[in-house]
Amino acid sequence: MESNLKTLQKEQTPSLLKNIKLDFTPYLLLIPGLLWLFTFFILPILNLATTSTKTRSASYETGSFDQTWRFLNYVDAFVENQDQFYRSFIYALIATLLALAISYPLAYAIAFRSGAMKNILLIMVIAPFFTSFLLRTLAWKQILGSQGPVVTVLQNLHIMKVGDTITATSFSVIMGLTYNFLPFMTLPIYASLERIDPKLIEASGDLFANGLNTFRKVTLPLSMPGVVAGTLLTFIPASGDYINASILGNPNTKMIGNVIDSRFFRVVDYPTAAALSFILMAIILIIVSVYIRKTGTDELV
Amino acid sequence: MKDKSSLSLAAKSIINAQVSRRKLFAGVGGLSAAAFLASCGAKSSSEVATTIPSDVGGTVRWANWAAYLDAKRVNGSRTYPTLEGFISSTGINVDYLVDVNDNDEFYGKVQGQLKLGKDIGYDIVTLTDWMADRWIRLGYTQTLDAGNMPNKGNILPSLSNVGFDPGRKQSMTWQSGFAGFGWNKQLVPGGINSLDQLFDKKYKGRIEVLSEMRDTMGIILQYQGVDITKPFTEDEFMNGIDFFEKQVSDGIIRQVKGNDYLEDMAIGDAVAVIGWSGDIFSLNAEEGDKYQFGIPESGGTLWSDNMMIASTSTNKSNAEKLMDYYYDPKVAAEVAAWVNYICPVVGAQAEMEKIDPTLASNNMIFPDEATLSKVSVFRSLSPEEEVKFSEAFQIASGN
Repeated sequence: MESNLKTLQKEQTPSLLKNIKLDFTPYLLLIPGLLWLFTFFILPILNLATTSTKTRSASYETGSFDQTWRFLNYVDAFVENQDQFYRSFIYALIATLLALAISYPLAYAIAFRSGAMKNILLIMVIAPFFTSFLLRTLAWKQILGSQGPVVTVLQNLHIMKVGDTITATSFSVIMGLTYNFLPFMTLPIYASLERIDPKLIEASGDLFANGLNTFRKVTLPLSMPGVVAGTLLTFIPASGDYINASILGNPNTKMIGNVIDSRFFRVVDYPTAAALSFILMAIILIIVSVYIRKTGTDELV
Repeated sequence: MKDKSSLSLAAKSIINAQVSRRKLFAGVGGLSAAAFLASCGAKSSSEVATTIPSDVGGTVRWANWAAYLDAKRVNGSRTYPTLEGFISSTGINVDYLVDVNDNDEFYGKVQGQLKLGKDIGYDIVTLTDWMADRWIRLGYTQTLDAGNMPNKGNILPSLSNVGFDPGRKQSMTWQSGFAGFGWNKQLVPGGINSLDQLFDKKYKGRIEVLSEMRDTMGIILQYQGVDITKPFTEDEFMNGIDFFEKQVSDGIIRQVKGNDYLEDMAIGDAVAVIGWSGDIFSLNAEEGDKYQFGIPESGGTLWSDNMMIASTSTNKSNAEKLMDYYYDPKVAAEVAAWVNYICPVVGAQAEMEKIDPTLASNNMIFPDEATLSKVSVFRSLSPEEEVKFSEAFQIASGN
């Protein structure tokens, strides 16, 4: 088809110059994007990669490093910070599962049961984005704080002892992660549920499937692209997050993002920070490729 | 401009004049405003002969911390009365920029330009001792000209000869303060005198300490009997780290924080802290008289923030005049009455008597010998120690 079109064009426009112009247009259109990728992705990544194999210069002067191609930096960085890596992925996994458990019914209700309320409910899901991520996390610190409404009520009901806290625990960190990334889970699931043809669900009922079977065999498989996209959009940023752990956590709930931050800005140890960033990227890449292969979703963008 | 900075002023003004005349008449332009101003200045007056090369003059840009200068709200906008006084009496304009939030963060922001010798956007920076040490060591500051600073001798004798800047040639103290214990008087009725009381199990998870390594570790090391002013060993420091790490892993320490520990005290998440003196007073001013500050019986730390002229500044003499102005005892007393930190100026106490006699006898603003004997300045660390110690401290803090 395309080659037909091309020959047709050739016949209609004998000018060679015009022809070349036509062929180059898609590439010209790609240039801004490629330039962007090159300057803001390729160059920084290369810079980070070279930094990660440097070692501190003999003088130990702040910010002074020699390029020694020491790949052992990666081993050292990983071994020293295993706990935080492990914690990051466990927290991110729990937060992703919790977000899925909350988002799926929510997205389902918005897509199929909300009627006239649909737009209002959607706005309510997106509304938290109108204020800063940081402010919302700080707000949770106040809400769950020792003199906040939650703790006061629970203490009056004698469920919590006086002096016990909710913030500065792993619970509040995971809660914060779940809360902050919830819209990223809800919206893709909503989008794929919304696209399901109601006739398919009706047909399933006509074939004597009960509600559970219809959900299992029709609705869920059709919404899988949304679930996969949502879980990735939640898991990836959650595993690299450091705001929740630093605001809602304690020193024993620090995640790998906190370590990278402290190596960059506090210790001024750029090689370790860069190596940690690469290890984090690599682990996420492996987890994501295995996950996508298992779920077998091609529709994922 | 930079390569000319080492030339004598006369030579420089000649070069500038020639260059500017030739290029301007040729219509080439492109000459920096700074060079143009310098050539004009050199032609018109003789007083410039006393200034230092590469000193172009103009507005002094001063980077400082929040709530660190007497402020007043006039018609909804913030003004600084003592700074207004300087501007109107000298005619030198000042851009006061509350841009320092954290020593490390500020250093991260400007270090690239400093390394390249490009203007960092500030003439005066105000940084804590150890960071001032780093700047001076790396040559990022300019040597002060005592001739421009008649009040320079008013600095407290205890501050006039510090390890990182013997004889105060590169820096002048802005304010000093103590690190010690702060606590909520209602929740900790007995008060806190020692680390044993601070890290008591009954306050588990409700104690916070500073992320400034020298303050938190300074107090811990002194508790372990180490003199932090003397060259203690790496082992001694690591013993302190082990003690600190144990409090963290036992869950006694809730968080290791910067200045925002104040917020946790205000909302009751933290009942007691290792914190800074002036902060606790400002918290009392906001929240009612609920908090108290005390120096640990085994010893607290004394730190200072220092004004320095950045190596990239082309406005040295005006910056020196501004620094000198704040060493006038009368002006210093006005600042101290507002910020409530230790005033580094001799004679300010007598001036404070006129403003507020109770503040003049406040040991946290004008500490007496007995108070000063309870605090020490953390010794300066070698670059190698700084790396090792701060890494150990970060790891112990969970990072």
